Amino acid sequence: MTPAVPTLDQSLSLGSPMRRQMRKFTASALVMMLALAIVSLFLLPLLFMTSMAFKDKIQLTTPGAPLYPAVPDTFAWQGQDYPVYDVPMEDGVRALALVEAKREESTFIDPADPDAGPILWEGRWRTLDQHWRFSLDLRNFGTAWEAIAFPRLLFNTFVIAAVGTIGAVISSICVAYGFSRFRFPGRNGLFLVLLSTIILPLQVTLIPTFAVFAALGWVGTWLPLIVPHFFANAYNVFLLRQYFLTIPRDLDEAAMIDGAGPFRILRSVIVPQAKAAIVAVSLFHFFWAWNEFFLPLIYLQGNRDLQPLSVGIAEFNGAYSTEPTLIQAAAVMAMIIPVVVFFLAQRAFMRGVVITGVDK
Amino acid sequence: MSMSSGPASGQAVAIDPRRTTRLRLGDRETLTGLAFVSPWILGFLLFTAIPMVASFVLSLTDFDPRDPAGTSFVGLANYERMLHDPLLINALVVTARFALLIVPASMAVALGIALLVNSTLLKGRNVFRTLFYMPMQIPIVASTLIWIGMLNASTGWLNIFLGALGLPQPDWLNSQTWVYPSLTLMGLWGIGNMMLIFLAGLQGVPTELYDAARVDGAGRWATFRNVTVPMISTVLFYNLIIALIATFQYFTQAYVISNGRGDPANATMFFNLHLYREGFVFFDMGYACALAWLLFAIVLTLTVVLFRGARSRVYEAGGNR
Repeated sequence: MTPAVPTLDQSLSLGSPMRRQMRKFTASALVMMLALAIVSLFLLPLLFMTSMAFKDKIQLTTPGAPLYPAVPDTFAWQGQDYPVYDVPMEDGVRALALVEAKREESTFIDPADPDAGPILWEGRWRTLDQHWRFSLDLRNFGTAWEAIAFPRLLFNTFVIAAVGTIGAVISSICVAYGFSRFRFPGRNGLFLVLLSTIILPLQVTLIPTFAVFAALGWVGTWLPLIVPHFFANAYNVFLLRQYFLTIPRDLDEAAMIDGAGPFRILRSVIVPQAKAAIVAVSLFHFFWAWNEFFLPLIYLQGNRDLQPLSVGIAEFNGAYSTEPTLIQAAAVMAMIIPVVVFFLAQRAFMRGVVITGVDK
Repeated sequence: MSMSSGPASGQAVAIDPRRTTRLRLGDRETLTGLAFVSPWILGFLLFTAIPMVASFVLSLTDFDPRDPAGTSFVGLANYERMLHDPLLINALVVTARFALLIVPASMAVALGIALLVNSTLLKGRNVFRTLFYMPMQIPIVASTLIWIGMLNASTGWLNIFLGALGLPQPDWLNSQTWVYPSLTLMGLWGIGNMMLIFLAGLQGVPTELYDAARVDGAGRWATFRNVTVPMISTVLFYNLIIALIATFQYFTQAYVISNGRGDPANATMFFNLHLYREGFVFFDMGYACALAWLLFAIVLTLTVVLFRGARSRVYEAGGNR
């Protein structure tokens, strides 16, 4: 099937195969450049966050400071620290330490070669720019860690998300199994109702639910954020059902002939076969709960000891809005776990989106 | 006759054994099926159906959670109040204005990126897909904080770059005009889901159609317009509905940028933020219920209108599913 490779002569005389290859290569390079440009724009905010989080606040208000985390450079010479400036010389701009400052001419030392002796430079040293040295300042993380009580917020977030996910996944597996494997009157109608709950705004049921939880004394506890998940939800059920439908019924029937009941079949046939979908649903639900802001805001208002990260860092932002470097350090702390898990399990995530989004 | 199907008559009437087994199996299947589905049915009743009815009833009262016993029936007063609530009119205008910006922008960018990462000319497509999707995975509060920093008038990189290019540097989040483009930029960072759904739609277009278009001499734009767009109309429509509903539910970003105050000058007092304040800051929960029903009516109307309009325009491969 491989096409005959034209000799150099041929391709020069005929032109077309080589030229076509050339054109394809150019197009490919252009597309790659476009993609790289857009992806850089997309990732720029992350670079900003990281750079900010590692900066000393002073750097933000110093004119001429670079965008990356840095400190004004100094050079220790003969037991004393001297500031380093970018000095324009005949052979270009050099970073030199100012050892003796005078109005019209100053003495410098080359940090790279101090033994060469003092260098006299004519000009006003005050017009010179400071030389910055790349340096990561870790203090923001410590300060933000303490200020938001990070370990406690992380623990709260984790417990709320994990318990809710366990409930949501187990109940959704059962419900999806019911919808995918049994015929009963009203099944299609019920399934339609289930799907239509997706477009029902949360606000419509919010206030009565809040009133009931308040009457039960649950407001200010984690229960309103966890208990409702034990009753399955449309997204999870839909995704799992779609997957269960692709598992051949022969497997169920074989197990049934061996005397397995519906629970046994679910446990030893369906669940092992649907592992990929169950992992996807669990990850989705876990990070959805991790991300959730509105419900913890209303149910844990004023109860700072129980708040998750989302509410905690939003409050932190309100209180420390004049400290952008601390805010960005808090943002790093809040996003690092979901993003790392995403990179480890990206296939499961992205496949799940497509199943729920497209099959409807 | 109907009595004969009762269990007591079982001995008296001779029944075809095969029939009984099938009936009983059917019965058993019904019970088992319902048993497995029951967590959702129970949850639906407890957390959806009953609260919906209750929410409507509450919308006719002046319910205040701090004094539930003092609740009284006020008829349609809450609905009447909407007509004279300047903050509600503002919230509707602000939400609609934002929707007109973010819905088309995010759909266009998501489709553009989907086309890009679907192109066979692009090497390492999976890496690009992952990177474009990734901001979606950043918790919304964290991504909002990142953008608050990026858009800061003096220390944010956007203005530093604009300044370096000699362009004007607006005070993004504190300007009544620029706050909407700011929130749109934030929203464009989270187009991951939309992009993946477009991508799946694009991958579902049969390649024969593109071959046929090429044979007919169609150019790139004509092919996109006459082959791609009709073939992905279902996902276009799905993404449009989801984006519109999401805009009417917009809350977290608006809350975080101004600590729930709707600054500047109520320019970010979106519908849901207004509802939240009425219900959970001023504890006027009867009115908040009425607002929730208005929201539901708007979302439902939009969905129905779009479905009607889409019926003639959306092409469904193979008729139905």
